[in-house]
Parts: sequence; C-alpha cells; structure tokens
Amino acid sequence: MVKIKTSNLNVWFDWEIALKNITLDVSENEILGIIGPSNSGKTTLLRTLNRLNELYPGSRVEGKAELDGKDIFTEVDILSLRKRVGIVFALPLPLPLSIFDNIAYGPRLHGIKKNNSLSEIVEKSLKDAALWDEVKDRLQESAFKLSGGQQQRLCIARTLAVEPEVVLYDEPCSGLDPISTLKIEEAMKKLKSNYTQILVTNNVKQSARVSDRTAFFLMGELIEVGITAEIYTAPKDKRTDDYISGRFG
Amino acid sequence: MRDTRRTERIAFALLFLATIVIVAPVGIILFIVLWHGLPGLSLEFIFSMPREGMRAGGIFPAIIGTLVLTIMTAVFSIPVGILAAIYLNEYAGKNWLTRMVEMAIINLAGIPSIVYGLFGLGLFVAFLNFGTSILAGSLTLAIMTLPVIITATREALNAVPQAFREVSFSLGASRWQTVRGVVLKNAIPGILTGAILGLSRAAGETAPILFTAAAFYLPQLPQSVFDQCMALPYHIYVLSTQVPNVSPKIQYGTVLVLVLMVFMLNIMAAFIRAKFRKRKTW
Repeated sequence: MVKIKTSNLNVWFDWEIALKNITLDVSENEILGIIGPSNSGKTTLLRTLNRLNELYPGSRVEGKAELDGKDIFTEVDILSLRKRVGIVFALPLPLPLSIFDNIAYGPRLHGIKKNNSLSEIVEKSLKDAALWDEVKDRLQESAFKLSGGQQQRLCIARTLAVEPEVVLYDEPCSGLDPISTLKIEEAMKKLKSNYTQILVTNNVKQSARVSDRTAFFLMGELIEVGITAEIYTAPKDKRTDDYISGRFG
Repeated sequence: MRDTRRTERIAFALLFLATIVIVAPVGIILFIVLWHGLPGLSLEFIFSMPREGMRAGGIFPAIIGTLVLTIMTAVFSIPVGILAAIYLNEYAGKNWLTRMVEMAIINLAGIPSIVYGLFGLGLFVAFLNFGTSILAGSLTLAIMTLPVIITATREALNAVPQAFREVSFSLGASRWQTVRGVVLKNAIPGILTGAILGLSRAAGETAPILFTAAAFYLPQLPQSVFDQCMALPYHIYVLSTQVPNVSPKIQYGTVLVLVLMVFMLNIMAAFIRAKFRKRKTW
C-alpha cells in the first residue's frame, strides 16, 4: 500500500528552486534510501513531507504530496501531520532536559499526563531505539551526558514516542562512529514492521545495507529510483553509476 | 621582530588605558560616595522621617517612595515587555509592520528621559486625570523601561538555539507549546537579568517622575497609588539645589542609599545570570 506519494512536487526558497518535479511513492513498512551529493534536495524533501520548511519565510511549494491519499498541505492538520510524520535530524539534538523528559516531551504535548503511562512510553521507545539497556538506570540524568551515538538513539526514541506512522531520517549517522551507526541501522530494520521509513544518507553504503529501494537525487531532481540491489548493480542512468562508484565531481 | 614587539606593547598599553578610563570614574564615584556617605548612614537615617526642613532626621519616605515606584514599574512593564517581545520574536512575520515596530522600539530607547516625563505629565497626570501620583509616575517609568525589557527579552529569546524550536515543532507542538516548553524555559535567566537592569535604571531616574510623581516634601507616607510620594533621586536633587545648608553627611548619605539600592538590583541580576549559566548545558 502506498503511504506517501508526491506528484510534480516543486519547492522554492525565495527564488531558488530546491526540488524539481519530484514524483515518488513510498510504500507502507518500506525503508526508502535517498542518496545524492550535498545540495541535491534530499533534506528539503524530508522537511517538506512534515512541513518543517514552512518555518522559514520564503519557502514555497507547488504540486502535491499525500499521506494515505490525503493532501498534506490542504487535507491534513499541520500539527497532526508532524506527529504522524516524525523526523530525526542530522545532528543529535537532545533538548536541555533529562533523558526521561526528552522522550516524554512529545507525549506530554499530546495530552498524556499520567506518570505510569509516560514511563511505559519512555521504556518502549527506548527499547525500540536500542538504547534502553544503556540508560535504564539513569533516566533522570541530563541528556547531554550521553555520548553522540546514544544521543542520536535518544532522538530516535523521542520521535517514536509520539507514535508516528512515518519516520524520516536526515543523515542520522553523519557524526557517529561505525558501532553507533550499526546500532541505529539495526534499530531501523527492527522498526520496519511498524513504520514507513525514509533514510537520507551521504553514505552510499548505508543505503545499500538498510533500504529496500533507493532513490538518487541530483541538483534537486530525482534521477532514478528502484530496488536497492538493482540500483547498485545495474543503474539505468550514467550519473547514478558515477555517483555510486565514486567517480563523481 | 623588534618592530612587532613594539607594536604589541603599544597596543597593549592603549587597550589597558581604555579599560582604566572606563573603570576609573566608577571607582572614584563609589569612593567619594562611600567616604562622605558612610558616616551619615545609620538605622535612624534610613527609618525615620526628615526633620527641620530636611536638614536632619532620615530619608525613610524617599526610600519607600522609590521602592514603591520601582515595584509598580516592574508590575506594569515586565509582563507587557515580555509578551510583546515573545510576539515580535516568535509569532510575528517579517513584514514592513514588524520592521516599523522594531524601529519604534529602538528609537524609544533613545528618547531623553525628560521627554518621557513630559509625556507622562500630558497623558497620565492631565489627560487620564491620575494627578501627580505614584500611579502616573510608575506608568511613566514603565513606558521608559519597556524598550529596554523588550530588547533584552528578544536577545534572550534569540539566544535559544533555533534547533530546539525545530525539534519541538517536529513532534507536533503548536507555537505556544514550543514557546512555553523549550523557548521560555531556556530564555528566562536572560529575560530576568534584562528586566532587572531596566528596572535599576528606572529606580535612579529623576526626570520622568519630576512632574508625574515626586513631591518636594511630605509629612507622611503615601496612603494610596493616587498620592504623591517622595523618591530618592528627586530628594537628592532637592537636597543639593533647593534647600540651603544641608550637611554633606545627609546629602552623601542619601546618594549612598540610592547607589546601594541600584547596586543590589544589579548584583541580583549578575547572580541570576551566574547561577543559570552553570546549569546551561548546550
């Protein structure tokens, strides 16, 4: 079943175009990897899908993007859209709160007040993000005391805590060591059964490891998208081939 | 080599001199005020009414007047200032109207205090008929303090990383939930320091209360906000220009009390800042 669908999606920042005519489907429970050099519009696509771009005056969208067949710009309330489509940012961004309160921040926004329900959510989210065993005895400590890799898993847990349907990852491992990266990738694979996931990555191999399909973006255009194995072994476009094999720019 | 070292020495000397030029006047003023004022300071001086045409006795009513004016100025200006700053920073779009408001605030901060005094006389004392009163005086001081508080609050809000707001929005928070949950929480120390510094300036102002609140001499303490009051800055002006033969002990003592009150506010601000800086973790 198609979860997210964009058709002829264009995004501008002031007078500069950042995404050109993107038409793309993401199926339920799929992991879609998006690769491409910097400035190719990968992050912009993610930030359009949960309408975070709109925080910047000067951003403009044309075309359609749908979640479960409903237009996200007109038919879905922006606050519930952001709850349903969560995002994990490139840098670990814990809020200046305790580990517990970081994860409880989202559920509290949506009206969950009882301590035992919050505790349950915190535990479940941390387990899903593969962080529970490392932090279960120090939930009241500041989130800044965690290592970078732990902080990023904390951010994943925080995103999961509001029970999204889609999780967007914006280069989630760009500042992390290989072991932390591995832990995050394993968490993503486990989350497949419940979530639709889109992974933007600068690391070509990462998409090969975790994604079902891979899309290649260049200069704001979607060059091609297909089953990951096919993209990596027999890309249709020469530019994809060049990028994957490292012959690019 | 030799040349670089000489330039270095000259630069150092110049920078050091500039620092001395700033610090020295403060030190000298404090020294003179303490030197002449301390002998006059006593419990009786602080807690009794003036006698013999203000040439003896204490300055209790002026202290109370300044306290009441400052507290009421805080009550009027801090909430309005903070709310306005939150609106301008977190809600309002960037358009010609907000730019005009910003320009207005910057210009308000530069208006001479006597102009505020005349404005208060026209609006609060005469037009709104509050008379020369604590109410009119503190409203005038509040309007003078507003730009300081708004500017300080906006700086504190801007110092909260944009990323925190994005995280909050990305979890489905509304604007107000974001402001309350991540922005204000981390901006409050900066806001408080700014507000206190603004107030400490208001506490020492003479011109805005000259026509709106201050009395030359009152035999009793004010009974309501519609009464006039004595106030320390105006009392100092009176003692040094309007009343002949006041002993320097009383003049400097009064100055010392005002300086100490303002100083205490500033120290409080510094204390709050230091305390929260330790807690700041990003």
